[in-house]
Amino acid sequence: MPEPRIPAPRRPEAGTTLLELTGVEQTFHTKRGDVPAVAGVDLTVRAGKVLCLVGESGCGKTTTARAAAGLTRPTAGTVRFRGSDVSTLDAKGRQEFREAVQYIHQDPYASLNPVRTVYSTVTAGLRRHGHVRDRAEARRKAAELLERVDLTPAESYLDKYPHQLSGGQRQRVAIARALAMDSEVLIADESTSMLDVSIRVSLLNTLGRLRDQLNVGFLFITHDLAVAKYFAWDGDIAVMYLGRIVEQGPTPQIINDPQHPYTKALISAVCEPDPRLARAKKAVRLRGSEIPSLTELPNGCTFHPRCPLFEADTCDSAAPPLSLLDGGTRLLACHVVARDHEQAGVG
Amino acid sequence: MSKGTGGTLSVMWQGITRSPSGFTGMCLVAAILIFVFGGRFLVDHHNPTDADAIWKPMSGAHWLGTNFEGKDTFTKLVLGGAEPIWVGALAAVVTVIIAVVLGALAGYLRGRFDDLVLQLTDITMTMPFITVLIIIASYFREISPWMVGLIIGLLTWPFLTRSIRAQVLSLKEREFIEAAQLQNLGTMRIVFVDILPNMAGYIFINFIIAVTNAIYAIVGLYLLGLLPSTAENWGLMIQQAWQNSAYLLPRALPFLLAPLAMIALFQVGLVLMTRSLEQALNPRLRDR
Repeated sequence: MPEPRIPAPRRPEAGTTLLELTGVEQTFHTKRGDVPAVAGVDLTVRAGKVLCLVGESGCGKTTTARAAAGLTRPTAGTVRFRGSDVSTLDAKGRQEFREAVQYIHQDPYASLNPVRTVYSTVTAGLRRHGHVRDRAEARRKAAELLERVDLTPAESYLDKYPHQLSGGQRQRVAIARALAMDSEVLIADESTSMLDVSIRVSLLNTLGRLRDQLNVGFLFITHDLAVAKYFAWDGDIAVMYLGRIVEQGPTPQIINDPQHPYTKALISAVCEPDPRLARAKKAVRLRGSEIPSLTELPNGCTFHPRCPLFEADTCDSAAPPLSLLDGGTRLLACHVVARDHEQAGVG
Repeated sequence: MSKGTGGTLSVMWQGITRSPSGFTGMCLVAAILIFVFGGRFLVDHHNPTDADAIWKPMSGAHWLGTNFEGKDTFTKLVLGGAEPIWVGALAAVVTVIIAVVLGALAGYLRGRFDDLVLQLTDITMTMPFITVLIIIASYFREISPWMVGLIIGLLTWPFLTRSIRAQVLSLKEREFIEAAQLQNLGTMRIVFVDILPNMAGYIFINFIIAVTNAIYAIVGLYLLGLLPSTAENWGLMIQQAWQNSAYLLPRALPFLLAPLAMIALFQVGLVLMTRSLEQALNPRLRDR
């Protein structure tokens, strides 16, 4: 394009703390009693970094993500964006927060308005908030955004309706929309789980470029450890179980040397395509496969009814705190493993 | 798949012509509109009373014969269509605007505004609208048809309001609305630009149904003799034919049957047309 590109807006420096969740709790009141979907979660999203939240269905990943995105107000705890509490923002602060923190839904078939064209969907926010002067500029900006998410030639997508696009293309449009207002944090809720594998990888590569080139911070929700490993290798993984984080640390540590029995079980459950490796792998056997109901959580450590390391009186009396293991970079919430490490360290 | 950017109109046209019955309805409506609004410029508005030409049969001079005053029936037929159609359209516009604004906002905002709207629909729904209309029309003898259209519009919105509210309740939970909220687009823009176009076909069809209902209501009032008998109106023609026992006289039948046929054809055309509109307005049905 002959016209000089508009100077890129200020991007946060990599590593800056953007989004901070402290003690976030979300309790849903239902007829069958209170459901503590999220019970005290601390998370930090930094610019250019990925924080991956993994766990089984129903463990509170999405609820946490929605609270982080400001879609729901947590029942306790705070979500801070650049240091200020999101629930007490004024209109201007709210607008800044909304432009900076975006959320990508899981289902690209539901997250795009069927009666709006791609152009209209992608530029709605830009036009509403006066970031573009006229239609020509809006179209140029839309094309730029589509190119950024690898929808090329962008011109041929601008006037299409969602039903004319494939799932992967739709998800790219949803990401382009999330990026439209130069967002700094993307909260991706299982955003690749509906896509087939080859498209998933190319989409993850696209997201990876956004992370590296634009310093976008990611809160990446997934139940797929392979995706977590691929996308968050330089970042952190937080493993969630029944509304709490049980283990958190740098991805290579968590994947290669899981400490919490639940993390071990999750990793051993990942399918291994190589049959020799698959045979060599020893599966972690849980004492039970049933996930306790959130309305009747077990005493002490909520994982104890399923845990292979269960020790009576230790695990079912008090909930283990999430604390640093061996003074390293890893947080762990397990009485037994923490004690063993301490003893090994002393002895 | 896509037919390019310049072809939005041609794509709409394809949607309109896809359904044969819908297209027939549209042609029927167009023909009647041309007959009524184009015909005005072609017929002689001076249609004198002629005592020597009462109840003349169909002839070259009087295509549909003459009426009980010796006036030309065809001329009256051409001139009598505009009023019911305008009144129907006015009533439908009033109804649909009230229903869309109240229903959509009530469904989206919930809370106290929703409660208020629901109360208001309940109260309005309990009023028997034909009875109210008859009372008003017989009380104010010189009421204008426009006023009648307005009253019809002000009395018939609750049903549409309810169903629009119900649809908005379900649409607003869809993820694309949440995505719009994430862009901080604002309530008005989300309700009227993101939600309502998803039900454009439904609203349009209800607009047409509202037109047909209002036409029946105004014609009915004329038939009951409750509106001033000075106007040119198909309803008035039917009433006068009835009063003068035109149905007993074969050569006078056109004066009774012609306006009846026009009303019936127009209504059938409108109802058939809604089918095509649905296809033309829904991008997913449009280019399949």
